[in-house]
Amino acid sequence: MTLPEAAGLLLAGIARLITGAQGHWLGSPPKAEQRIYFANHQSHFDWVLIWAALPGDLRAITRPIAARDYWTSSKLKHWITREVFNAVYVSRTRTKDAFGVGADDEDPLEPLMEALRNGDSLVIFPEGTRGHQAEPAPFKAGLYRLAEAFPEVQLIPTWIDNVQRVMPKGEVVPVPILCSVTFGAPLTLAPGEDKRVFLDRARAAVIALREVH
Amino acid sequence: MGALRELTVSQQIGLLFVALFGLLTAVTVVAFSRTLRDRGDEDLAKRAQFKRDLRAVWAGSMLFWVAWVAGGIVSTLLFGVMSFLALREFVTLTHTRRGDHRSLLLAFFVVLPLQYVIVAGRNFNLFTVFIPVYVFLAIPVVSAFGNDPQRFLERTAKIQWGIMVCVYGMSHAPALLLLDLPDYRARGAFLVLWLVLVVALAQIAQEVATRRLRRRPAARAISRSFSWRAWGIGALAAALAGGLLYWITPFKPIPALLMGAVAGGSGTLGEFVMKALKRDAGVRNWGGKLSVTGAVGLLDRVAPLCFAAPVFFHSVRWYFNL
Repeated sequence: MTLPEAAGLLLAGIARLITGAQGHWLGSPPKAEQRIYFANHQSHFDWVLIWAALPGDLRAITRPIAARDYWTSSKLKHWITREVFNAVYVSRTRTKDAFGVGADDEDPLEPLMEALRNGDSLVIFPEGTRGHQAEPAPFKAGLYRLAEAFPEVQLIPTWIDNVQRVMPKGEVVPVPILCSVTFGAPLTLAPGEDKRVFLDRARAAVIALREVH
Repeated sequence: MGALRELTVSQQIGLLFVALFGLLTAVTVVAFSRTLRDRGDEDLAKRAQFKRDLRAVWAGSMLFWVAWVAGGIVSTLLFGVMSFLALREFVTLTHTRRGDHRSLLLAFFVVLPLQYVIVAGRNFNLFTVFIPVYVFLAIPVVSAFGNDPQRFLERTAKIQWGIMVCVYGMSHAPALLLLDLPDYRARGAFLVLWLVLVVALAQIAQEVATRRLRRRPAARAISRSFSWRAWGIGALAAALAGGLLYWITPFKPIPALLMGAVAGGSGTLGEFVMKALKRDAGVRNWGGKLSVTGAVGLLDRVAPLCFAAPVFFHSVRWYFNL
């Protein structure tokens, strides 16, 4: 076993000890198909929780998205996201800096598209930022664009329950409270469906999973 | 029983485990052979329940075996882990707010380990007062610094209650292992096993009695099955079993009978209180599909022990004037 694998197992173990990280598969079996999981976002812990809830063979092919500026800022952060989680790095802003250089012309979705072309599965949080309301914020357009570009990839709505109690914003140490991750039935983009309609439908599919347990 | 008494302590305990695992294996084999036959749906649900229960008994027995093989310290640690999991389940289903974060951290990462360290150190006087006195005062202080007055009393009370049941109650089981009783050295494992058996039997007897008797429930809104007569039958069964097994305890037959009644009766009452708590939280099982989070239902299984252990522990200490 390599060091990143061991670190991955350790992290999954900690996540399970603290949250139980129960995965409920309702509507889509845990199969190694190419998928985009889209979930509500409330805490830094969200990704680890989804990852721990996935069976071992799915973990290897499922990748998170990480903001390049934050997750490459220190050696440890960079190592964890690169070696353990095999994250897809994205630049957060399209705006140029004061000197007119930066990730100017690159589409921020391009790294995701490339990962999908390679056959990897992704976990995305379409709200764009961590919310602290009961309901998730409106979804950003990225999900729609990925669905348009990759119609053959399954879109799995995912609801993460209770995690905001484990680590509220501003706290560092997590409290042991049981959480669950519910995976719903795949969603497909209807031909000619409007962007806003689709995004609202996707958001509703995520929220609907809160009720079924 | 004379021949049995002449064996050394570890031989006796070994024999006990051989008997226990033999019995479990037999039950499992029979249960498995019956699954090969086809049955109806209703039967299937019942069998799934039985399978879960059987697995829990296996897990529990393995736990005891490991505890015995590894000695007092490791078994204390094992009970500590159980405490942790039970408290995790309890806290999940109670309503806490942001301001409670620090108190919860205190409960999980300071109070719980400390309590078990105190048990392992056989510091029984401190162990008895640590949570009821010191933690009782410390938790509201930390919660108050959370700067959130909304439902303050309710939130604090819930955390304290969780600690009392899941940590304080549970920690009395390993304390039995470490208790220095006259002429009963190194046999604490027997006492714990006796307690668990008696409590489990009281539960089963009460369950069966409820089904047979169909008495009017004593508190319908809380439990549709609990009746005083069924409770009495449960306690009686515990007393009889306790009396019959007196030879593995440090008691004489009649005190063993009484101790059995006390342990069994308090265990089933604890189960009853837990039902009220579950109703309050809006779930029927701590675990299973109905709850928010898919807990494993550990709390359901250990709650009677959490209630019976402290009562029993102090009865023992009082009986032997320790």
